[in-house]
Amino acid sequence: MTTAAPAKTQPAKTQYEAIIGLETHCQLCTETKIFSPASTAFGADPNTYIDPIVVGMPGVLPVLNQRVLEYAVKAGLALNCQIAPYSKFDRKQYFYPDLPKNYQISQYDLPIAEHGWLEIELIDKKTKEVTRKRIGITRLHMEEDAGKLVHAGSDRLAGSTYSLVDYNRAGVPLIEIVSEPDIRTGQEAAEYAQELRRIVRYLGISDGNMQEGSLRCDVNISVRPVGQEEFGTKVEIKNMNSFSAIQKAIEYEIDRQIKANQTGEKIIQETRLWDESSQRTQSMRSKEGSSDYRYFPEPDLPPIVVSAEQKESWLAELPELPAQKRTRYEDEFGLSPYDARVLSDERTITEYFEAAMAAGADPKLTANWITQDIAAYLNTERVSIDALPLTPVALAELVQLIAAGTISNKIGKDLLPELLTQGGSPKAMVEARGLSQISDPAQIEAMIDEVLAAHPEELEAYRGGKKKLQGFFVGQLMKQSGGRVDPKLSNQLLSQKLNQ
Amino acid sequence: MIDLEQVRKVALLARLELTAEEEDQFTGQLSGILDYVEQLKELNTDDVEPTTRAIELSNITRTDSLQTFAERDAILDCAPDCEDGFFKVPKILSE
Repeated sequence: MTTAAPAKTQPAKTQYEAIIGLETHCQLCTETKIFSPASTAFGADPNTYIDPIVVGMPGVLPVLNQRVLEYAVKAGLALNCQIAPYSKFDRKQYFYPDLPKNYQISQYDLPIAEHGWLEIELIDKKTKEVTRKRIGITRLHMEEDAGKLVHAGSDRLAGSTYSLVDYNRAGVPLIEIVSEPDIRTGQEAAEYAQELRRIVRYLGISDGNMQEGSLRCDVNISVRPVGQEEFGTKVEIKNMNSFSAIQKAIEYEIDRQIKANQTGEKIIQETRLWDESSQRTQSMRSKEGSSDYRYFPEPDLPPIVVSAEQKESWLAELPELPAQKRTRYEDEFGLSPYDARVLSDERTITEYFEAAMAAGADPKLTANWITQDIAAYLNTERVSIDALPLTPVALAELVQLIAAGTISNKIGKDLLPELLTQGGSPKAMVEARGLSQISDPAQIEAMIDEVLAAHPEELEAYRGGKKKLQGFFVGQLMKQSGGRVDPKLSNQLLSQKLNQ
Repeated sequence: MIDLEQVRKVALLARLELTAEEEDQFTGQLSGILDYVEQLKELNTDDVEPTTRAIELSNITRTDSLQTFAERDAILDCAPDCEDGFFKVPKILSE
């Protein structure tokens, strides 16, 4: 992107830094809502999952879902937070038709978890250099989701004549995770959001699906000249439904705010929406001050006291987390940061990889198969690795056959499609089909002699100086042997014969 | 003490339309309530932990088990207007 030439007295673009914080709402995958026994299922007909508590009928009594508390505490622990010994719910008051009670039950001054951090890993695409950075977590709290609005008469709010409201989502449990303003670039923000997603998926507390809205990130961003202590005016950006949209929206906004600074234009404290089609942020509305929400303690819900024993038992249930796995895969298996990252991205993949390791396969070779051929297959066929007919034990067997020189890598690749679709034992297939690698020099030499005898013209051309024809003979030899000859050895023997 | 401006602001936030007489009336009444509560300040609370509740009660939770409400239509019927299973609301004005 191009920037207008900076005025003489103004700092250049590179002399600005962005101060970014993220507010992430994450839907918890409980069966029922946070304060009522109604279903949280996605995609039903409008207002299928409502009840008197969800819509806030007079006289109803909300009761906290035990699993919501468990999931929120586990998320807090996984994010290295301090769990509040005493926590409570509050009412946040505002009027909008997606909010049936005209207040949202949330947590204000005593959230369930505070003062944590998570570590992000940034890989430079060119140099492959890895840097790690800790992003502070200010707080994590529990709250209920709002309903959904459909604006009739127009696809936009502005032109609609009335709106339709669906409260299926109202009361679905959320955790809101607020980061410290430690983020400086769009890439760091996208990486932070991805790491959060990995963590909640590892914990099994959310599906983290951004398209369906189970993970929603709002960004707070301001810029200031490097060295200036005072923050610039903060702008909020919403409506990004992918990690790349988070990154692009931030990059756009940093650019916009720097330009405004350089030209002396005033930055307004406001909410802006990311517009995916035009790839820019657009002003939405001026932000209300938080005091206007008139928070007060929710009288219907008693406070929460998490005992030390309860906290310890939930802590003991935490799985090994993505950052720990990445480090272990590098240290224990000698994998590159890139491989460690790909393999630890999803819990199902780590389980698969670790099962193959338990079966004694070579880590690097196994990593290659999973991150390349198998990943490509999973991608095109849209299947999950845990549904693959090729079991991790069978993959370990395949890797071992290649490592031991029993079959060539090429035969391994030839067997893969059948293994991926039908499963089975690679060892049994190799034995039944006589696919084992031919490493006996005498046997290979005999085949080379046959190939040379069958192509006298090419042989003459080669010996006359067309050295490029070696590739042709390699191809013929592979064809002749069904790909079974040891590639290194046969190349060596072929060179000798050709140059005799 | 609460003044007329504060009453107007609170009324606006609560989406209440008040007449001039009501504004005066509520300014006086709300001030009276606040003055009354103000008397609590006479107590020495140096050794009292802050609380948001008068009853000692905590950790009331329920298990995550589904109970579908059978009379969903009855809830929709309470609304002034519905359309195809949605609640129908007037045009939302942008602020």
